[in-house]
Amino acid sequence: MSIDLKTIKHISKLSRISVDEKKAEKLAGDLNSIFDFIEKLNELKTDNIEPLTSVAETTLKLRSDEVKSKNLREQVIKNSPNENEDYFVVPKVIE
Amino acid sequence: MLDITKQSLSELVENVKSKKLSSSEITKAFVERSEKSKELNAYITEDYANALDKAKKFDEKPNFNLKLPGIPMAVKDLFCTKDLKTTAGSKILNNFVPTYESTVTQNIWNEGAILMGKLNCDEFAMGSSNETSFYGNVQNPIDKNLVPGGSSGGSSSAVAAQLTPITIGTDTGGSIRQPASFTGTVGLKPTYGSCSRYGIVAFASSLDQAGPMAQNVKDCALLQEVISTYDEKDSTSIDFKRNEYSRELTRDIKGKKIGIPKEYRVDGMPKEIEDLWKKGIEYAKDCGAEIIDISLPHTNYALPTYYIVAPAEASSNLARYDGVKYGFRAKGENLIDMYEKTRSEGFGAEVQRRIMIGTYVLSSGYYDAYYLKAQKVRKLIKNDFDEVFKKVDAILTPSTPSSAFKIGEKKDDPVSMYLNDIFTVPVNLAGLPGISIPAGHDAKGYPLGLQIIGKAFDEQNILNISYAMEEKIDFKNKINDWWIK
Repeated sequence: MSIDLKTIKHISKLSRISVDEKKAEKLAGDLNSIFDFIEKLNELKTDNIEPLTSVAETTLKLRSDEVKSKNLREQVIKNSPNENEDYFVVPKVIE
Repeated sequence: MLDITKQSLSELVENVKSKKLSSSEITKAFVERSEKSKELNAYITEDYANALDKAKKFDEKPNFNLKLPGIPMAVKDLFCTKDLKTTAGSKILNNFVPTYESTVTQNIWNEGAILMGKLNCDEFAMGSSNETSFYGNVQNPIDKNLVPGGSSGGSSSAVAAQLTPITIGTDTGGSIRQPASFTGTVGLKPTYGSCSRYGIVAFASSLDQAGPMAQNVKDCALLQEVISTYDEKDSTSIDFKRNEYSRELTRDIKGKKIGIPKEYRVDGMPKEIEDLWKKGIEYAKDCGAEIIDISLPHTNYALPTYYIVAPAEASSNLARYDGVKYGFRAKGENLIDMYEKTRSEGFGAEVQRRIMIGTYVLSSGYYDAYYLKAQKVRKLIKNDFDEVFKKVDAILTPSTPSSAFKIGEKKDDPVSMYLNDIFTVPVNLAGLPGISIPAGHDAKGYPLGLQIIGKAFDEQNILNISYAMEEKIDFKNKINDWWIK
């Protein structure tokens, strides 16, 4: 299998990480060597194996739907990278 | 009395309880040693003034019933600490000051310990050498220019150099056990679900576990007893009966069945590692254990499985770093441009690489071929362990395929870096507890570790085996304080 520059550009778009030509070439090289190594899994037949999603063989606990934390507004906004104290501000999205 | 910083955690606790030492004396000693040890780059954030202040307060109103009375401690910078910057070794969290505390660290402070600072680690715990940290690499106190292992490299360096009496790390694929092995210290990765993940910066949620890193097994057991609690804030926390690990610690392991998996004899393994393993088997026999040859047939598939599962979960977990709600934000022409520049400038190369791998294996058309396949192989790996644990109580292996390597040596070859975790990764995939104990030195005088793997929730058993073997091994770390001028 080979991951080409077009695929790198596609993954870069999906992961919202901008990638220039130079970086794309480096990434293609790295990812190809990593996937060569991953391909080893194809040696195994796994048709009738149940996929393992969690090692913990317990079911999730239920709890009552009650509000436990209150007035966290200030805490939530505290680490916002913009100066505004009341909102999260982002670049304009509507023309 | 021994120099304060040379004492083990258990000795320090004893000396506080018998009023031979005050919290202030101990904290001052560790702060002073940490200040003289900046060259190791073990800390990202120091909090010495607050620590000394808290120690003073403890001494004014001491509570000797606590398990860690007035004991100073630095922790890996992956644990959220209220009002103290938490970076996860990343530029993207360079300005992040949590408004809440992780459950594991809260448990530690509840028992009387005092935070000294935050320790360096690979960025988002992705690395095996601490070289991916935005805050620079960490020196191994064993030898200059040697990596301390990773991702908990600041933690292993700080414990080995005695900048902190004990610490905590996190382990997703070996990040506690491998650095412990590289620095001649003890590191325990508990059973998945033993320690709460609440407030720990997430890497791969089905694999991440916090655990103690210590100078000896007894200290390790004591801290495990403190940090392991059921927590309803973590939906994967498991409600099982936890032992008082340090009180129940025993060297009596007579008749315990210890398995030796033939698949861990990998191609190209240095003879020194093979010899160490043989020595380990002899130590275990000397302690009265019964040695049994076992097979874990899917061992060779563990690393490729890990390098699908872990990046897939990471790509999802790290989607939250978008420059909007917290953390670093780059300027962009529009919202999408801002996202892309923030993530491109805020994440380092290894983190970007793993996000890309994860995004790819989860993307439309590739999910079944990679992610689903990996989950199925993960099941086979877990089945292997379930099968052998019908016959044995624990498994003995080397911790790593080599001793610590030089800074820069593997940096440009991701696959060779990944191979470092070959013996530790299967344990995470199966959710089992594993501990690394120092067991000898290679020809260069660098430490080598042995790993003991247990059944799920059977931390007490592997701690006991380690405790018994530790006495026979009688390991002495060779550290000459080269960094102190």
